[in-house]
Amino acid sequence: MTVYFLCVVLLTMGLYCLVAKKNIVKKVIGIVIMEYAVNLYLIIVGYKTGGVAPIVEPGMGETALERFVDPLPQALVLTSIVIGLGVLALMVSMCIRLYEKHGTFDMSHISKLRG
Amino acid sequence: MNLVPLFVAIPLGAAFLIPMIGFWWKKSGEVLSTLSMVALSVMALASIGAPAVVHHMGGWAAPKGIAIVADGLSVLLLVAVNVIGLLCIIFSLKYMREYTGLPKYYGLFMLMVAGMNGVVLSGDLFNLFVFLEIASVASYALVAFGVEADELEAGFKYLILGSVASVMILFAVGTVYAVTGSLNMADVSRTIAAEWAGTEMNPALLLAAALFLMGFSLKAALVPFHAWLPDAHPSAPAPISAMLSGVVIKSLGVYAICRVFFNVFGFAATSPGSVIIANSMIGFSVLSIVVGGLAAVGQWDLKRLLAYSSIGQIGYVTLGLGVGARVLATGESTTLAALAIFGGLFHLVNHAAFKSLLFLSSGAIQSATGTRDMKLLGGLKERMPITATTTNLAALSIAGVPPFSGFWSKLIIIVAVVRAGHFGIGAVAIAMAFVTLVYYVKVQKSVLFGDVGRSVEQAREVSPAMYVPLVLLAVVCVGFGILAVTQPAIGERMLGPARDVLLNSAEYVKLVLG
Repeated sequence: MTVYFLCVVLLTMGLYCLVAKKNIVKKVIGIVIMEYAVNLYLIIVGYKTGGVAPIVEPGMGETALERFVDPLPQALVLTSIVIGLGVLALMVSMCIRLYEKHGTFDMSHISKLRG
Repeated sequence: MNLVPLFVAIPLGAAFLIPMIGFWWKKSGEVLSTLSMVALSVMALASIGAPAVVHHMGGWAAPKGIAIVADGLSVLLLVAVNVIGLLCIIFSLKYMREYTGLPKYYGLFMLMVAGMNGVVLSGDLFNLFVFLEIASVASYALVAFGVEADELEAGFKYLILGSVASVMILFAVGTVYAVTGSLNMADVSRTIAAEWAGTEMNPALLLAAALFLMGFSLKAALVPFHAWLPDAHPSAPAPISAMLSGVVIKSLGVYAICRVFFNVFGFAATSPGSVIIANSMIGFSVLSIVVGGLAAVGQWDLKRLLAYSSIGQIGYVTLGLGVGARVLATGESTTLAALAIFGGLFHLVNHAAFKSLLFLSSGAIQSATGTRDMKLLGGLKERMPITATTTNLAALSIAGVPPFSGFWSKLIIIVAVVRAGHFGIGAVAIAMAFVTLVYYVKVQKSVLFGDVGRSVEQAREVSPAMYVPLVLLAVVCVGFGILAVTQPAIGERMLGPARDVLLNSAEYVKLVLG
């Protein structure tokens, strides 16, 4: 239970960083922290204490199945990390372009549009 | 042979090939994307009325393998996405000439279409998330395609809020997996039907539902999650604005809400959780209708006005669906739920047609006059008769003037709301329908009629490549309005299957799992 709680704390830290920081690079870091908190959450969902890799070998008894960790969340996390990498690349390149246009990373100086 | 996977494969392949070939052959984008969108539109139109198809990827049966499901609701969205995509591509051929890096534009456009087709076809929660991200990433890049200060800022805002939505959706997918041990929507739906229906609610599922609702509402730009839309939609190039407002917010937002809540969570009559969800849907919708409508009245930038209007109109769509959901959740008559959902879906299709028409028209106006400031426009009827006529038809349609399609869909929604006993909400919906009329009269008065504005004096009618899509969409707007009255059977044939999918989640489970 504690790990889930800590995971949500990490998510909230990312959200805080996103909301409270004015520097757009720090906002990007906030997003990345949130993404990683969710990835961690998915791993925890599939985790088992004392678990082994889910590979069936000859001579394994029925009891071995009990000790297998769930491989699906790991596959999901791999996909999600790759997507996160793509989004991160786009975010960072947009930050660079914004810096070229405005000469600053400070969001409060960039806001021309009103929302 | 089963052609359904091609809906994803064709645009994905085109998105990959266009920038690669574009290195040597500058016209690759125009040619390949037009060809693939024509093929996709024909396939989508051909699947109207066909029986639902389930394709198991690689031959693995449903709960273990990945399923692609093309049922009534998916087909409805496929038609909207691909037909409007085709018209936007035709419009782009001329309009986008003033931009550089065109192969990248067409590549991203096809990637966005691939993502949206994937979202509407996916029968699996995680694939829904992956395709949602594909479509979103492509749309972030397209919003910032002009790489000027405004575009970048709008794109960055959209990117940050969209990423938060994606994180929430992934969190919810993980929670659903932790509770049910499956990701296949039909399988999850079967498990939840047992867990969710009792009076004791599983709090983890309620958390997942809240996260899904928040994530998808952010993608659909429902108030209070709308802050990115009024910046992002006007900043994009006009065909992209038309795609974003016309189909992206619907397939990534409204469709996903429908599929996840109606088919996966289900609005079972005994569950307190489903009443909470239905009530929040109605709440967000009413807020969107009011905030979007009132904010639109004060705008003088044509595209910003249209963007705010999108928020309001999406509110009507989700109001219909939300009232339908609430009727299902409280276990009142199914016919009333069917009416409300039918109204919501009808307005969804109508809005896809007239809002993309309005955004394309705004692009044509901007390209002919060089401005979209409504104070500088005026008297467009004299100089650009075709664009002015199509804009006028779309404005009348969206404002809900009787013979046009927008009137009938809003009427059905309001009748359903009132018959469900929500008199206050019905009154708000009627009042805001008049506000819609007010700001479209403002568009007519300051853009189409009146004295010829300063920027309009030199304007000439745009070339056929640009006005043909406008005329086609205008025909759709008028046609839907006339058909809705004279040929109800056609409306039933198009929207009926989609409505039945939402009404009966047990049928969906049976369809996928056999």
